[in-house]
Amino acid sequence: MTSFILRRLFQTLVVIVLLSYFCYTLMTLMPGDPVELMIQSNPKITSEDVTRLRQLYGLDQPTYVRYFNWVKTIAQGDLGYSRTYRVPVSEIMGPKLINTMVLSISSMILSLLIAIPLGVIAALRAGTRWDYLVNFFAFAGISIPSFWLGIVLIIIFAVLLHILPAGGTFTVGLENITTFQMLLDRAKYLILPVLSLAYMEIGIFLRFTRSAMLEAMRNDYIRTAKAKGLSYWTVVWGHGFRNALLPLITVITMSFAHVFAGATISETVFAYQGVGKLVYDSIISNDFNVAMVSFMISVTMVLVFNLIADILYGVADPRITYK
Amino acid sequence: MTANRAIGGIILNNPVVQVRNLETTFQTRLGPFRAVNQISYDIYKGETLGIVGESGCGKSVTSFSLMRLIEKPGKITNGQVLLKGRDLLKLSESEMEEVRGGEMAMIFQEPMTALNPVLTIGRQLDEQIMRHKKVNQKESRERAIEMLSLVGIPSPAERYTAYPHQLSGGMRQRAMIAMALSCDPTFLIADEPTTALDVTIQAQILELIQNLQEKFHMSVQFITHDLGVISEISDRVMVMYGGKTCEVATTSELFLNPRHPYTHALISSRPKLGTRVDRLQTIEGSVPAPHELPPGCPFYNRCPRAKTECMNHQPPLQEIKAGHQIACFNPV
Repeated sequence: MTSFILRRLFQTLVVIVLLSYFCYTLMTLMPGDPVELMIQSNPKITSEDVTRLRQLYGLDQPTYVRYFNWVKTIAQGDLGYSRTYRVPVSEIMGPKLINTMVLSISSMILSLLIAIPLGVIAALRAGTRWDYLVNFFAFAGISIPSFWLGIVLIIIFAVLLHILPAGGTFTVGLENITTFQMLLDRAKYLILPVLSLAYMEIGIFLRFTRSAMLEAMRNDYIRTAKAKGLSYWTVVWGHGFRNALLPLITVITMSFAHVFAGATISETVFAYQGVGKLVYDSIISNDFNVAMVSFMISVTMVLVFNLIADILYGVADPRITYK
Repeated sequence: MTANRAIGGIILNNPVVQVRNLETTFQTRLGPFRAVNQISYDIYKGETLGIVGESGCGKSVTSFSLMRLIEKPGKITNGQVLLKGRDLLKLSESEMEEVRGGEMAMIFQEPMTALNPVLTIGRQLDEQIMRHKKVNQKESRERAIEMLSLVGIPSPAERYTAYPHQLSGGMRQRAMIAMALSCDPTFLIADEPTTALDVTIQAQILELIQNLQEKFHMSVQFITHDLGVISEISDRVMVMYGGKTCEVATTSELFLNPRHPYTHALISSRPKLGTRVDRLQTIEGSVPAPHELPPGCPFYNRCPRAKTECMNHQPPLQEIKAGHQIACFNPV
């Protein structure tokens, strides 16, 4: 097991390096570079200035040289400087990354708490009115676009009922408040974006839970468990769900991989200070350093959570052994 | 029916299980289908009753009805199942859970799939022991290992922590038996426990069940479609066809003197050792679909001795001599 994890970690590292070079190359292939944007914003710039600026920023060098320079600074813990925001990347990304994490993880937990019990019940009552109702709810969640749901939520809770803020991350200008009040204030801003994000996830997790559970409850060992005199719910959770968990592990862990990628649409609709919009803006505006860091976060997360899924799978299913 | 009786020299007393007019119905698109149709039988203390019949005759449904493990769209629609005088069909679900795996246990056909693949053998045994006996984890573990060694599993303490996939089919069936017997059942239902095993393992498992039955003084209901297995293991045999009982007799009586045309045909279709035949004898036709069963005897359309009355009237199960009952108007 340990050697498997070490080997997979090494593989993961290799893939990260290869992908980072690939992403870096793609970035340089994009039309325009930071200097071109400077030219547009400064009509008095001369061609000598352009050459000097290109040399200054190292943009005249071949891609692989620039890549190695970038890796060198990253390795020293320096993520670079955001050209658009004129602050170090860590300074601009750090707080936004935390906001995004809070949003994504809360919506993930909420959706799992709702989807798993509902999915299990739908599977146990398959073919009944209950099942149809739950399925309808799930399909609506999958089909309704989150921006539309977001707007509807704003209209209901902010515009009509005035009980929740329409957007933002926290109340600006609040002073002399306790940490608890601060958290409460932030939570108020989280509710609507979490709901709009969670609904889609509920739909997806619910469908997976239902089908995994249906499959598991059809097995012979369920009958054996009943014949042992175990109570219905012990059979359902201890035997049925324990087996249904295996296919669910992959789906759930892979969803966690996207926690840091940001929910661009929800964050935009609710003007939430997350990383999603930042990433989009950085690509559009040739803000290389910000874009590269967010690429690397996404890539690493997907690879690491893949590894976690594999390990969890080995833990949950004794039939799988790693050599 | 009297409780004590002597059949073929064996004195049978104390019926442990009394099944009366059991009827299990499945709601199908073509209407209700009685998989088990008004069957009655007794199983005495320490006795093995073999139930034999071809696929779809209702033998497994009978077992599941006794355990009250019939799934929708099936339902027990009539009858009584008395276990030591207590009607199981009248118990609440939680009272029934006490009985299942406690007084009454069951082993299944497929040892490959009947055990939960993600839990250790020990965990699966403990679950049942701790459910029915007032013991702690440590005592339960001791009991589980004792049971595993009793059913002939080598190095039981190691097998306790093994997962089902690490055991062979025969070993898994032994583990299933250990599990079923772990709470000292008075009545064991074995639903084709040897069908999925190869012949040598089959013989070992049969011997094991017989030994354990003597040791624990259990009553056993043994279900199979294999006449060879039946002749080896059971004291008495009940032959089923189309959800009904055709014939009940002691094993030797049934094999030597089958009276129901179906039993007779079944026994004559077995190949005999030492005789060469070009074609094995078969029973013409096939089991009628549930909705095509005649109102009378279910064997009517395949029976060489059928008369008009057989089509419209179900022959009652009657005693033709001590301990030998048949349901036929024109016995062989």
